[in-house]
Amino acid sequence: MLQGTNLACVRGDRKLFESISFTLEAGGLMLVNGPNGSGKTSLLRILCGLSSPAMGKIIWNGIAIGSLGSEYYLDLTYIGHLSGTKDDLTALENLRISSALCGTKITDMQARDALENMGMGGREFLPAKILSQGQRRRVALARLLVCRTKLWVLDEPLAALDVSAVKLIQKLLEQHLKLGGMIVMTTHQKIDVTAASTVQLQLA
Amino acid sequence: MFLWIVQRDLLLAVRRRSDVLTTLFFFIIVVSLFPLSVGPEMNMLRMMAPGIVWVAALLASMLSLGRLFANDYLDGTLEQMLLSPQSLSVLVLGKALAHWLATGVPLVMMAPVLGIQYDLPTDALFVLTLSLLLGTPVLSLIGAIGAALTLGLRGGGVLVSLLVLPLYIPVLIFGAGAVEAIMAGIDYDAHLSLLGAFLLVSVVFAPWAAAASLRVSME
Amino acid sequence: MAINWYKYASPASFYSLAGKMIPFFAVVAFGLLVVGLYIGFFVAPTDFQQGEAYRIIFIHVPAAWMSMFLYVVMAFWAGIGLAFNTRLSSMMATAIAPTGALFTFLALWTGSLWGKPMWGTWWVWDARLTSELILLFLYIGFMSLQAAIDDSRRADKAGAIIALVGVINIPIIYFSVQWWNTLHQGASVSVTQAPTMASTMLTGMMVMVFASWMYSIAVILKRVRVIILERESHTAWVAELRQKGVL
Repeated sequence: MLQGTNLACVRGDRKLFESISFTLEAGGLMLVNGPNGSGKTSLLRILCGLSSPAMGKIIWNGIAIGSLGSEYYLDLTYIGHLSGTKDDLTALENLRISSALCGTKITDMQARDALENMGMGGREFLPAKILSQGQRRRVALARLLVCRTKLWVLDEPLAALDVSAVKLIQKLLEQHLKLGGMIVMTTHQKIDVTAASTVQLQLA
Repeated sequence: MFLWIVQRDLLLAVRRRSDVLTTLFFFIIVVSLFPLSVGPEMNMLRMMAPGIVWVAALLASMLSLGRLFANDYLDGTLEQMLLSPQSLSVLVLGKALAHWLATGVPLVMMAPVLGIQYDLPTDALFVLTLSLLLGTPVLSLIGAIGAALTLGLRGGGVLVSLLVLPLYIPVLIFGAGAVEAIMAGIDYDAHLSLLGAFLLVSVVFAPWAAAASLRVSME
Repeated sequence: MAINWYKYASPASFYSLAGKMIPFFAVVAFGLLVVGLYIGFFVAPTDFQQGEAYRIIFIHVPAAWMSMFLYVVMAFWAGIGLAFNTRLSSMMATAIAPTGALFTFLALWTGSLWGKPMWGTWWVWDARLTSELILLFLYIGFMSLQAAIDDSRRADKAGAIIALVGVINIPIIYFSVQWWNTLHQGASVSVTQAPTMASTMLTGMMVMVFASWMYSIAVILKRVRVIILERESHTAWVAELRQKGVL
């Protein structure tokens, strides 16, 4: 269970948001909405523990993430704006290395399967620099197929994806929720994902 | 995991060979500028050689610090590293090791050749190489702190030199000192032992401080 | 008597407390400075070896002491700020740096003024002068790093790390420079060979040391006040001050 209590975020002199609280149960989906500059990305980064909130705290399974430390990261996958793909590595190398970083070591075969599923079959050995924006996104999102984490935090996962990829991702998200996972995400697109519980979080 | 990071960074360095070569050629050019500026008088050059080679190594190593975290920062990999269940210090240690293998080791291998340009005797060449071998990893480790602190800042490249060059001074003193000692016929063991001690201390503390700096810079 | 220290740890109350303290320290600093300089230049006897030129030590020695001491104090406050996330401590560290750098520069300058009549040259690569020069670099590094960072929270923390790394390195650097110096020059020249001091000289110097202390405290408090105002400019209590016309 993921909880946020009375969160506030300050950037420079400006208050982005304050007194944000929420509870996300297993199988729950939380959609963070708000106009540009309302602090969506800041909120997601706070959820991941990348930055600390000006006030309030994040609680994972009853324990504040500050005192959980790296244990929290065993349960968390974060995919941000920046896809973390290296220009000089092939799609396959990128996937294998990025999943190893998150603590899941995968074999060559697993990585190829995942890429195949993401519609990147036949392009595994291309260096990322010649891939299109959407294809890089697919490589980054392929990590969701191989990681076994409970909580996914996704910042605009559907950006730059075409219709078929969006469908694919929605199916993937639904599956994750069905297995009792949790998702926190931002998106500007309409999405169609059924979840046990959906929390809408509106930032001004 | 440690090996994964080293392997990955080395793979990236191999794919970007030109970066590695640029650092190496910078080192060679700086060392070669000195005879042109102070004249080709061999006795003087021999006396200046340890200092020149060491200062050039310092500068070359410092210039390559920008690549240590900057690329990972720009493409989001660094964020992932911070969110890794692995200890960040270990990752930083791996990155520093890879940085040293890609930039420090070529400098060490090149140093005897440059020493010959300055007419250093064979035993001095040997000590020069040895001192660089012990000293350059310290430069990568201390440099990692500076690189982490200046991540994403305007003029980070110049700033990092202000931060790390003063911290490099002990390494410079004992590195160049070892070579001067053997040329003066004095025992040079103490110099090398101290360099070794610096290396041990920085292996323990620098990754930790650099990891803390990364967390500060990424916030 | 229980003093509520936490109350003074909040920038708003520290701001007014510091405001009351500054005049006191400033007056004491000025008084001590006048007395110290008078003793230094008129009462203390002429040194039989160094003549009148030695009188520069009444400025040089306090400046050198303060420069080193302030770096440690700065690192201390920065470290506290990093460990306990207390904003005021980090502001203290930021406020100390320019004063520390100023004293370092003074020590270098007066050292070189002293060097000219003593050794016939403005600069000698003496171990102490060299260490002092490196200390100046460390101060400059700290200040430029903080200046380059826009976000004040990040600036505080990054500055703290570099200050702590610096404070750990200072003994190592000092020791290395000593070693380097003895290896290259022997002990032929040394600033440290102060002749046995007349007691008036010692008194004069101690008075000057205290004057430097009081001056540092006054200036640092003043600077902390400015930093507090800058960072808290959006808060209610600063707005109140503005309304009252205090600002």
